[in-house]
Order: sequence, then C-alpha cells, then structure tokens
Amino acid sequence: MGVALLLGIVVFAGTSGEISVTRAMKEIGEVHHFHPRAILGVLGRAMRSGWMWLGLAPLAGAFFSLLTLLSRENVSFVVPLTALSYVVGALMAKFFLGEEVSHVRWIGVLLVVLGVVLVWVG
Amino acid sequence: MSLARRVRLKTYVMIALMILFGASGDVLLGKGMRESGGFSIASPASIFDGLRRGFQNDMVWLGMSSLIVFFICYMLVLSWADYSFVSPASASSYAVVTFLSWFALGESVPYVRWAGVAVICLGVFLVSRTPTRTTQEN
Repeated sequence: MGVALLLGIVVFAGTSGEISVTRAMKEIGEVHHFHPRAILGVLGRAMRSGWMWLGLAPLAGAFFSLLTLLSRENVSFVVPLTALSYVVGALMAKFFLGEEVSHVRWIGVLLVVLGVVLVWVG
Repeated sequence: MSLARRVRLKTYVMIALMILFGASGDVLLGKGMRESGGFSIASPASIFDGLRRGFQNDMVWLGMSSLIVFFICYMLVLSWADYSFVSPASASSYAVVTFLSWFALGESVPYVRWAGVAVICLGVFLVSRTPTRTTQEN
C-alpha cells in the first residue's frame, strides 16, 4: 500500500473513529463520579453503544496503518503529516457533532499543527 | 466553586492524565517492541509473530496498560467536553515530552524544536480560552 493511502487511513479513519467515540460518550452524558465502580459502569454502558463500536473499528485500522507507516518511514516524516488530524478533527466536530469552532479555536488548532510540524522537523 | 469552573478543572485534570499515561504508554510500548525484536506488517504471520514476541515482554504489557488508562480518560473527558477542545489541547503532550527529554534525560533539543514547543503552547493556550463545551446536554 502506498504512503499516501496509509496516511489517509491514519488521518481519516482515526479521526472519524474518535468522532464516533465522542458521539457515544455524549449519548451517555456527563460523567460526575470517578469511583472505580462508577467508571466501570460508564465503560459498560459505552460498550453497549453502537457508536462506540463504529468508532473502535476504524481506530484499530488507523492504529495498524500507523504501525505500518512507522516501520517504513521515519517518525520525523510521519508525525508532522498526521498532525493534519487536528484540522480534519475540528472540521468533523463542527459538521458531525455540531460543535462551535470559533475563530480563536481555529487559530489555536492551526498553531498546534504548525508547532507539531516544527517539533518533528527540528 | 462555580459549576463552569468545576467542569473546566476536571477537564484539565483529565487532559493532564491523558498526557501522562499516553506519553508513558508510547515510550514503554516503543521500547518494549524494539527490545522484543521489532514489529513488521509484511504479512499476517509476521504481525502475529510480532505480537506474540511483544506479549512476552513486561514493558509491552506496562505500555499497553498505560494506553488503556489513557483511552479511558479520553472517553471520560469526551462525555462532557468538545472533541475540538480536547484533541488540540492534548497536543501539549509534545511539549511535555520534549521538555522531559531535555530536563530528565539530558538530550539536546534543537532550537527549531523549542520554537515548535512554544507555538504548540500558544495554540493550546488559545484553545483553552474557548468554552470547554459548545453543545447542549441531551
């Protein structure tokens, strides 16, 4: 498989997986108690959510694609490109979850992407 | 403490835990996999073989457990906070890891990388100025 395809899977499958997981967790509602037993209860409810499983499958695919990429290319090449996930994530959060991505948040996201690129190029 | 403040505080605590367990999980897993002879995705058999060797290494188990704790924290914080808030905010782990590798491991860090750390911190600071949640609880 080509590098571009693998990278596409890492970014798009990874992000849509996380968006689905977010959807599952928002359905469960805000967690208020952090006792181990309460957390286990939340995890149990999450595992009964369709969105959760819809999210875990692409996340696993993205994880294995990332391992493949890392075994072929340098980390300093792979990581800056995967930083695109932050942009794709903000777009998907806006369109699929209805989150409000204000100008300030957008600038923050873009700075994070730029910073990750610099950290790995440096 | 006001409700909004309490939500913000627990968001920050969860993100800090994500950074702690995510970064140590990555380091332990990477170290363990290299120790156990690397990982190759050339064929299903080689993936299976890599996993089998990996599971005989304590460091791999420790790394995986750490990543599971990371993922649970991630799930919990997403039950109340925006994805577009948590995801960029957790990028501060790059800054933490760079700082630790310089401070604790004595690695030399090039200027460009410090510049990257500064830009990430600025980006995370801006994101943290926005509301943690912009959707309604249903």
